[in-house]
Amino acid sequence: MKRILCTTAALATGAVMLAFPALAAPVAEAAAEVAAPAAEAAPAVFTPTAEMVNKGDVAWMMVSTAFVLMMSVPALALFYGGLVRAKNMLSVLMQVLTIVCVAALVWFGWGYSMAFTSTGTPFPTIVGGLDKAFLANVNVGTFAATFSNGVYLPELVFVMFQMTFACITPALIVGAFAERIKFTSLIIFVVAWLTLAYFPIAHMVWYWAGPDFLHTAPTDMGLLWGWGALDFAGGTVVHINAGIAGLVGCLIVGPRIGYKTEPMPPHSLVMTMIGASLLWIGWFGFNAGSALESNAFAALAFINTFVATAAAGAAWAMIEQITHKKPSLLGAASGVVAGLVAITPAAGFAHPGTAIILGAVASAICYFFVTTVKNKLGYDDSLDVFGIHAVGGIVGAIGTGVVADPALGGQGWIDYTAPVAAAGEFDMVTQVVTQCWAVGVTVAWTSVVSAVLFLTLKYTLGLRPDAEAETNGLDISEHGERAYN
Amino acid sequence: MKFIIAIIKPFKLDEVRQALSNMGVAGMTVTEVKGFGRQKGQTEIYRGAEYSTNMLPKVKLEIAASDDITAQVVETIQATANTGAIGDGKIFVLDLASATRIRTGESGETAL
Repeated sequence: MKRILCTTAALATGAVMLAFPALAAPVAEAAAEVAAPAAEAAPAVFTPTAEMVNKGDVAWMMVSTAFVLMMSVPALALFYGGLVRAKNMLSVLMQVLTIVCVAALVWFGWGYSMAFTSTGTPFPTIVGGLDKAFLANVNVGTFAATFSNGVYLPELVFVMFQMTFACITPALIVGAFAERIKFTSLIIFVVAWLTLAYFPIAHMVWYWAGPDFLHTAPTDMGLLWGWGALDFAGGTVVHINAGIAGLVGCLIVGPRIGYKTEPMPPHSLVMTMIGASLLWIGWFGFNAGSALESNAFAALAFINTFVATAAAGAAWAMIEQITHKKPSLLGAASGVVAGLVAITPAAGFAHPGTAIILGAVASAICYFFVTTVKNKLGYDDSLDVFGIHAVGGIVGAIGTGVVADPALGGQGWIDYTAPVAAAGEFDMVTQVVTQCWAVGVTVAWTSVVSAVLFLTLKYTLGLRPDAEAETNGLDISEHGERAYN
Repeated sequence: MKFIIAIIKPFKLDEVRQALSNMGVAGMTVTEVKGFGRQKGQTEIYRGAEYSTNMLPKVKLEIAASDDITAQVVETIQATANTGAIGDGKIFVLDLASATRIRTGESGETAL
């Protein structure tokens, strides 16, 4: 449950009930059945049943899950791989592929339980316990909430969908210190970072009890969700989280040998183009899938993912046309990714018109960070993980507070503490402040965790291969193979 | 016998090859090379990182020719590869001590 999302439920619920009046009956029956034996004074205990699962939702969510996996492999791998020098191509592909494998297993092992339960933990608003570790207590008869009353997904579908997010987030980080990282240390970092940064932040932002439960358990939610922060598909959890970790990483790892003194042009912008395009396609699963249902709000997220991205790609190209007289493919592809990142938290809230503005603004700000700020400050964020994911993510997260405003055609937020969720009163200033707090908590949390992990590894196993290995390229020195023979 | 080395602009290769075949040159070796001379390099910009490449791509022709046609080969290349702009390239002529056809073992001008 990309749970922060507030807006949809009231309307969605109404729509579902209208469209499927049969659904309403089992819900009521189920509630009545459970209520009957309970003491008169106690509120009815709600139990989701298989009848509350819609096959259309299930099909859409499983397709979305596969789409989001495609964003990591091959899309992100190719996007990043094309940007490094030929001697490091395989190292990037291998890092992304291995991170996906390891993150999937960690998600199965303890990630899902830490992110999406609130039992068995001393800090239920910060991180979950281990009650569902190794998917204990998760089976074909358990269900996950959506944003609509009485509409459920098989829990396994939700586990898988969220698994793909846990896979791509740490894979995003590797771009910041590409071409100079020790593989084994990186993998150890990823396992620890998922556990200490990603799972708690996912829990704080996305965990909540669900629309049928919140009114009886109004505190059963993640910290930032409870504050009312809106993050439709993961601007804070995925992009700011990974972008800041990348910045901390590249500062601690240090610049590549020869940075600023020898040319380091991308070895294949063709690969980068293929990767960026597949990212865009996969992002429809990422954003529209985050509606958790196959409905109008998924469609809203879908079109926003389309037009905000288009605006961002065109904006970057136009800026280059003005500044250099030569619009570059890499520029347009970077704009596309910046737009995708920025619209992620706002996808289900914005009107397509404001989504376009958000995409274009994010593109311009990312352009400034990537071309100017990075050069001024001199840090070697090789593939601009900070400049695009963190900066684009922050612009998107704060911008969400603006574009979600119903006065601008946005969807506002939904009050799930009522037995049937209803629209809450929206105040733009309050919402923007809340968004800033959510960004601040995410930045602070991930900075500290990342710094501690990177420094620990730096002074134990080491973070960098020796100079000769780096100069020869990580493909041959770390992996014993070459990309092109 | 002379050994002629010509460095020309890549897009002129086909024209030069055609002109040389027409005048009876039986073979040549072509290599893609990089180098610099008077022509300025070009600037590449990747997300704001500017790299000026001072090595430009050129094509190198190597032709072994008998003494009597050498002057004509040089003239033909000069006339065909000429665009009038800097960076058109250069032609070098060296004395060639011997030539041997591997298949038959013939040597000297008959091997050309």
